[in-house]
Amino acid sequence: MKNYLLRHLQNFFGSLGSMSRQLIPTAMTIAVIGIALALPSALHIMVLNGNAIAGGWEHIRNFSVYLTPGTTLDYAERLAVEIENHDSVQSVTVIPADKALEEFQQSAGFGDVMATLDKNPLPHTLVVQPVVDAPPATLRIIEAQLLTQEDVDMVKLDTEWVIRLNAGLDLVQRIVWIAAILLIGAVIIITGNTIRLDIQNRRAEIEVSKLLGATDGFVRRPFLYIGFWYGLLGSCFALFLLGTGFMLISGPVERLSGLYGGGFQLLGMNQSTALAVFAGGLLAGLGGAWSAVARHLSDIQPRV
Amino acid sequence: MIRFENVTKRYKGGHEALRDVSVHIERRELTFLTGHSGAGKSTLLKLIALIERPTRGQVLVDGRNIGRLPDRQIPGHRRQIGMVFQDHKLLENRSVFENMALPLIIAGLSGREISKRVRAALDQVGLLDKEKKTPRALSTGEQQRVGIARAIVTRPRLLIADEPTGNLDPELSLEIMQLFRRLNDIGVTMLIATHNLELVERIGGRRIILDEGQVSAPS
Repeated sequence: MKNYLLRHLQNFFGSLGSMSRQLIPTAMTIAVIGIALALPSALHIMVLNGNAIAGGWEHIRNFSVYLTPGTTLDYAERLAVEIENHDSVQSVTVIPADKALEEFQQSAGFGDVMATLDKNPLPHTLVVQPVVDAPPATLRIIEAQLLTQEDVDMVKLDTEWVIRLNAGLDLVQRIVWIAAILLIGAVIIITGNTIRLDIQNRRAEIEVSKLLGATDGFVRRPFLYIGFWYGLLGSCFALFLLGTGFMLISGPVERLSGLYGGGFQLLGMNQSTALAVFAGGLLAGLGGAWSAVARHLSDIQPRV
Repeated sequence: MIRFENVTKRYKGGHEALRDVSVHIERRELTFLTGHSGAGKSTLLKLIALIERPTRGQVLVDGRNIGRLPDRQIPGHRRQIGMVFQDHKLLENRSVFENMALPLIIAGLSGREISKRVRAALDQVGLLDKEKKTPRALSTGEQQRVGIARAIVTRPRLLIADEPTGNLDPELSLEIMQLFRRLNDIGVTMLIATHNLELVERIGGRRIILDEGQVSAPS
């Protein structure tokens, strides 16, 4: 039993040794596996970040009601009270055209442009805040009702883009899955092919070992360990690529986030993604090794 | 130890290498298998090592009908037998020591036991000082002696050799045969295929002559 474990340990590191003797081909295979694993992971992390952005705005379900230019402020206030009576509405704020213009001049830096206009182009606006648990369907009914009012020019649900973004992210997530499956398939093929070449290079050794009474397990073992190492080292390289990528984009993202008023924290590699990278890498490495061994090892029978 | 009972071996394509062969080899016997090339010597040895299976008849080793042994038991069977080949089948990229250690690693021995046995076997063939060399650095005769040492390093009770002196000059051939004689003296059953009749005469031992797949003169 002790010898058996020792033998495994020797195979474990021995396979690493035999890989290191062919450094460049080994490094290339590991690089390809790493890139193949890093791509879907990077996409997945992007989706996570997208979700975080969308999630930050999800609670905002306000909508803005723009009145036809020229409508009186008096009418705006009366309409506000009317909307506020609705069960699903918590409060309505009236933004008079003058105030809107003032804010616009201050916040967006359009002061000079605005000064050249001889009259205020902005309408009075009502900002409607629904109650927290208002169902989207009800909000749509309110929207439709408001649109029938003569002096309502436009109703804009501020959450619409969030819903669209979420739908988009769902789509990207699906693409991530497809890409991950295809790329893991590619990794299996790459590892399988590399190990097939390795088996061919060690044909004499396999033949002699079989003549000397080596079991299939004995002959198979070093190649499976090689597959394991490819998977493990490929996964490590994938994590390295992801870490480097994260470092490279975190600066620009912070600057961009600052321009939008800050508050966004770029999400990096999380534990479950790292685990998935390792699981995918090992699965692919061992799977590739197994497929190569299963197909090519039995072909090699001693010839005397 | 080895008993062939009405064994016929027909290869794919119809060639009959052995025809209704019945022989019995006793424990501790030194037996030479002679005959022209193509007479079926190699096939007979291959049947013992389960490199081939008999088409008809029974091959018994230690009373066990190995012709019916399932594939997964073949490795265990081969580990009981020492095999010497004409082209010695040493791995060129490994040292003599590593070549010798391979059957012991396969058998699952510990590192210390492996070193001990490898040195003992190398000592028996007189090549103790060559363990770090690769086979390529050795002469043909030395290579064959390493091949024999590898076959006996697991201390098998049965050793089969297929034309072990086929590539050697007469002097080296005699040396190898004398080595086999010594091994037989310490109790190893030996079956050696050779077409070198002169050598067989000098060494002495039982002869089985094969002719076109049949035993022509069992003694």
